[in-house]
Amino acid sequence: MGADHREKGHGRGALLLIGGSVAMLILSFASVPLYRAFCSATGFGGTTQVAKLAPAKPGERSIGVRFDANVARDLPWRFEPETPRIVVRTGETATIYYKVVNLSDQETSGVAAYNVSPDQAGAYFDKLACFCFSEQKLAPHESAEWPVVFFLDPALEADETMRHVEEITLSYSFFASKKPKEAKPKEAASGVKPKT
Amino acid sequence: MDAISTEAGAHHDHPTGLRRFLFSTNHKDIGTLYLILAVVGGLIGFLMSMAIRAELAHPGISVFPGISALLHGTDPTNLDAAKNLYNVFITAHGVLMIFFFVMPALMGGFANWFVPIMIGAPDMAFPRLNNISFWLLAVALVLVVLSTFAEGAPGSLGFGGGWVFYPPLSSNTGHPGPAMDYVILSLHLAGASSILGSINFITTIFNMRAPGMTLHKMPLFAWGMLVTAFLLVLTLPVLAGAITMLLTDRNFGTTFYDPAGGGDPILFQHLFWFFGHPEVYVLILPAFGIISHIVSTFSRKPVFGYLGMAYAMVSIGFLGCIVWAHHMYTVGLSLNAQRYFVFATMVIAVPTGIKIFSWIATMWGGSISFRAPMWWAIGFIFVFTLGGVTGVVLANASADRQLHETYYVVAHFHYTMSLGAVFGVFAGFYYWFPKMTGYMYNETLSKAHFLLLFVGINLVFFPQHFLGLAGMPRRYIDYPDAFALWNYWSSVGAAIAAVSVLLFFYTVAEAFLRKREAGNNPWGVGATTLEWTLPSPPPFHQFETLPRITGSGHH
Repeated sequence: MGADHREKGHGRGALLLIGGSVAMLILSFASVPLYRAFCSATGFGGTTQVAKLAPAKPGERSIGVRFDANVARDLPWRFEPETPRIVVRTGETATIYYKVVNLSDQETSGVAAYNVSPDQAGAYFDKLACFCFSEQKLAPHESAEWPVVFFLDPALEADETMRHVEEITLSYSFFASKKPKEAKPKEAASGVKPKT
Repeated sequence: MDAISTEAGAHHDHPTGLRRFLFSTNHKDIGTLYLILAVVGGLIGFLMSMAIRAELAHPGISVFPGISALLHGTDPTNLDAAKNLYNVFITAHGVLMIFFFVMPALMGGFANWFVPIMIGAPDMAFPRLNNISFWLLAVALVLVVLSTFAEGAPGSLGFGGGWVFYPPLSSNTGHPGPAMDYVILSLHLAGASSILGSINFITTIFNMRAPGMTLHKMPLFAWGMLVTAFLLVLTLPVLAGAITMLLTDRNFGTTFYDPAGGGDPILFQHLFWFFGHPEVYVLILPAFGIISHIVSTFSRKPVFGYLGMAYAMVSIGFLGCIVWAHHMYTVGLSLNAQRYFVFATMVIAVPTGIKIFSWIATMWGGSISFRAPMWWAIGFIFVFTLGGVTGVVLANASADRQLHETYYVVAHFHYTMSLGAVFGVFAGFYYWFPKMTGYMYNETLSKAHFLLLFVGINLVFFPQHFLGLAGMPRRYIDYPDAFALWNYWSSVGAAIAAVSVLLFFYTVAEAFLRKREAGNNPWGVGATTLEWTLPSPPPFHQFETLPRITGSGHH
């Protein structure tokens, strides 16, 4: 076994292992878009679906839909549903409104995070239009009414895990939208020593 | 020091003094450096745990205000500074013990020393890479210690968010100061060090075995290191990714873990534990290998079920990679996900059981001599089994919801790590000390060290099961009076363990002072692996003509 022959084997093995490490590193970053794609494809974790067309014919079950609204502390908005709860028939398109007011003197913008519970309902909750699909801007003290157009897929009637679900909650949480460039200023950059 | 000046160039193969160790490419010297680093890291981590137990000995906050005054110059009546420092200590204790004590001792120290010798190789495959691995880790240790003196949460020093670094406590929301950035950088360096070291081990084991040393004749310690190295190569990059995202979230305005920007803090927990769970097997698999050798040596029998032992480690390694979310039952996993993780976690008990029963079967009918390393090995089997049993309890999502973040969990993982892995470290140390130094230590002292540590540390952690079942949460500096009794006894145990550490240093010093010759093989006919065919200590370069392995006696 010549020395150079052996060295070559070392290099090839090490390269493979480095490749494996780099692949795992890439995978850890790729987990973000992969998980997002997985959720929107399967409705995992209560991820709602986006639909282009309302279903042709309605189904048979009637299910309660409750609306929930939250605003993060640093966003000066009042945000609430017009009606807290409605009852819809599966396959029937419903439109509801959320009322929103900007309470501050500045223009502010926010993005909503959203899902439905119970989790397994995500796959059957189809939105045709929603304010949550994009960032929303409000002028100082502007108020608005934002619609959500949705229907419940009649396919849920065939799902065993949906049989005992009488009510679905649609929840929104508004966060102040972040400008990606502006890194948060480090607080107390002066390097305070805790001398009290 | 003085040796540097005297004809350093003349002995190309034999650098001496500082030059020998700073620039070393010799696997035995680097192993020694790793062992010294492990002693330093372990000692700092141990002193921190003593401070923690001293504080928890009685209800109330009495010890940490003083330590905070001493280390950070705060007012001795400032309780908030004391609470912050307590959190910093539990965090640093965890990081130090995992990354700077057990890993450098088992992987860096013993594996560098003995994997090449056991497989009949002259050195590691990439000797210079080996040197880089060590010095990266040394710098990482400095950084993590420095972080305890940098600002963390506003107005206080150090990062106190626990060794798991969950955001938002570790993001700008909780710790905007640079302390967490130091910790992240330290983990990047320690991670790079371990990945490079692992690549080195895998290449060495695959390419440099002596003629006749097939994988199925390879000693179990080398097998344990092989599996460990693969775990590190595949999971450490995920930790690196997770903490890099944390770093950019903290400093460059990304929102991987910030729901305000569409991120999710749970993502960090998934990525962290994808690394974190295999990491506990990284800590224990080399110890498994060491225990196998010791049990076989002192029972004078080959290990029972050698192939089963080797593949049990492989399957533990594989299963370890697919059970991470059992650390996260309370984050709102779907029921199906919980069912899967409960089941997969319990499956690990099967290969672990194979190992425990095979060790017992190796002893069964053997001609056992109760030398010092054998005491440590049997102690390891006892405490690791106990830790494993509570692990099966915690694997149940339903039970875990009660026990999550209580002292029951603390007791469980200290039984596997602080008792299990550490007993593995000491077992290996007392087994190989005569080989590494050429001197025999006083076995009575070693046995006394074992008894003190065994009694002390069991007294520390066994009562913590009761505390956890009674509902005492982790990570708090104080507790209600109802928990006072068992906390007191736990701290008494810590004091006993502290005496055992002093005895350890005395034992080592005594061995170096007395200079009793150990000879090639102080353990007799049971010690069949290749290192016992060499003189003690082994020559600077061994196996210039490669050994030829025949038969099947080498386990």
